[in-house]
Amino acid sequence: MARIFAYIVHKRGVADDSAFELAAAARKIDPAASLTAILTGWGADLDAACNTVGASYPEIWKIANEALAYPNAELVRKALQKVLPSNSIVLVAHEHFGIDLAPGLSIKMDSAFVSDVLDIAGVEGANLKVVRQEFGGQVSAHVRCDISSGAVVTIRPGAFKAVEITPGSSQVIDKSVVDKSNAVGTLAAGRRYLETVAAEAGDVDITKFNVLVSIGRGIQEKDNVAIAQELADALGAAVSCSRPVVDAKWMEKSRQVGSSGKTVKPKVYLACGISGSFQHLAGIKGSPFLIAINKNPKAPIFQVADVGIVDDILEFLPELTNKVREMHTVAAK
Amino acid sequence: MEILVCVRRVPDTSENEIELNSAGNDIERGELVYSINEPDNYAVEEALQIVARVGGNVTVATVGGEDDEEILRREMAMGANHGVMISDEAFSGSDGRGIATILKTFVQKGHYDLILTGVQAEDGGAQVGGMLAALLDYPFASLVNSIEVLEGKKLKVSREIAGGNKEMNEIDLPCVLSIQTGINEPRYVGMRGIRQVASVPIPTFSASDLGLGTSAVGEAAAKVNRVDYFVPALGKGAEILHGTREENIDKVLELVAAKGGLK
Repeated sequence: MARIFAYIVHKRGVADDSAFELAAAARKIDPAASLTAILTGWGADLDAACNTVGASYPEIWKIANEALAYPNAELVRKALQKVLPSNSIVLVAHEHFGIDLAPGLSIKMDSAFVSDVLDIAGVEGANLKVVRQEFGGQVSAHVRCDISSGAVVTIRPGAFKAVEITPGSSQVIDKSVVDKSNAVGTLAAGRRYLETVAAEAGDVDITKFNVLVSIGRGIQEKDNVAIAQELADALGAAVSCSRPVVDAKWMEKSRQVGSSGKTVKPKVYLACGISGSFQHLAGIKGSPFLIAINKNPKAPIFQVADVGIVDDILEFLPELTNKVREMHTVAAK
Repeated sequence: MEILVCVRRVPDTSENEIELNSAGNDIERGELVYSINEPDNYAVEEALQIVARVGGNVTVATVGGEDDEEILRREMAMGANHGVMISDEAFSGSDGRGIATILKTFVQKGHYDLILTGVQAEDGGAQVGGMLAALLDYPFASLVNSIEVLEGKKLKVSREIAGGNKEMNEIDLPCVLSIQTGINEPRYVGMRGIRQVASVPIPTFSASDLGLGTSAVGEAAAKVNRVDYFVPALGKGAEILHGTREENIDKVLELVAAKGGLK
């Protein structure tokens, strides 16, 4: 079996949670494989980050280079190419950095590439069998990947339960490229990081509400957003949404729940016309009571909701609003 | 600026209930509504807007077959100057790397300053753009949600990162960018527009036209293959309410109140 490496994303001296999920995925590929974490970066942050993964990785490789202080995928790829043995299996989290790094790395390593993996189904000879999702999570697929010349595999965040292996002791090995003629820092990147621009705050802070009326593509047009707003007003809730609503410019980005939007922790989450992509679900924390209303009985949201109603939200929501208003009127009398 | 946009025709997830066929080795494709992959459409719109600002041409290309021509026509109706079909029996069964290899040979036959792809396909893995860039040794940025053309053969692009934040980068041309949905508002295409480009010739490139040996593409070269489809049992699943609408509404209100959600 090939060596397995996990590329660890870290920030301000702390490894991302995905570090421990990659370790779990690696163990599922081969519990006996030699497992190594690789971290790139610079200075005290890098050293501190290396120390935060010892619980899951017996061996940690660090590549320190000032040019890698901010993770520019092009430079990271060049650094990894220098140190990774051929035929390695390289695991990377399937998030914005992994999406940048992994496909090109597989080309340069001349190895197979399989992305956004949810589960490992096993190894049969030279083939790794994995589980992926397609069509917005409506169906899953088994995918076979020939790993005889290595593989780059991206792992969906949250798909594997993080494990701590406590190897007893772990060692950090400095793999920083010292050969000046070959140093990573001297390689000019065709892409240069400038700055990070923080998301705009928006008019309503959806993270502050106990109840969210959250709308998806099923709202169909901008004018229909009012239907959800009326329900939210009656409930004392806020309207949030999934990505397609923001893409269509029907609501501000600040209303979006998901990995590229806000993370919310309401008590009750009404998912209205939302299919339930994993990127959306990643933004819902704290296990709220999830009620899904969707006219497609196959919508993946029904797999994760507590209660589901197969109905057209454009008819269901106004009637629900009327009922809430009736209750308020009765209560006022 | 000469811009190439790589596009794909896919089953439209928002319009379809995807089901397995009886053999379980594929999805039921008979009744599916197909359309252009959504992020690809945003990529074409972005290319058209760049050309409107700085001049140039937009070419849309797809690796596929006869059925896929409709999306090229659709994008030409949006305003793309050229449509190109890259088609050969030898291409069938290609994995992501195979498709990227085919596109690489096509790119090398032309002179493109900028190559755009959608960030990912409904049945794909956000792979072809990054692979194509690596094969060409061009710089690459994924999840791009704004593009500004700078002086001196450079772009300023922002990438969508976690929490709605944006990572700003400068990138040299020629480069490959994968485009995220929401970067713009793609223009509407009516039947009339599509009829107007119905007779515009679409050149086809085969493996031999591209000088492409078939050992690097197609099923035999693929290191990654889909074995089967299945419907996963994720979690316990929702309790589906089967009452009348009125009963369901009462139940929802009862639950919202019970979970501490009503004022």
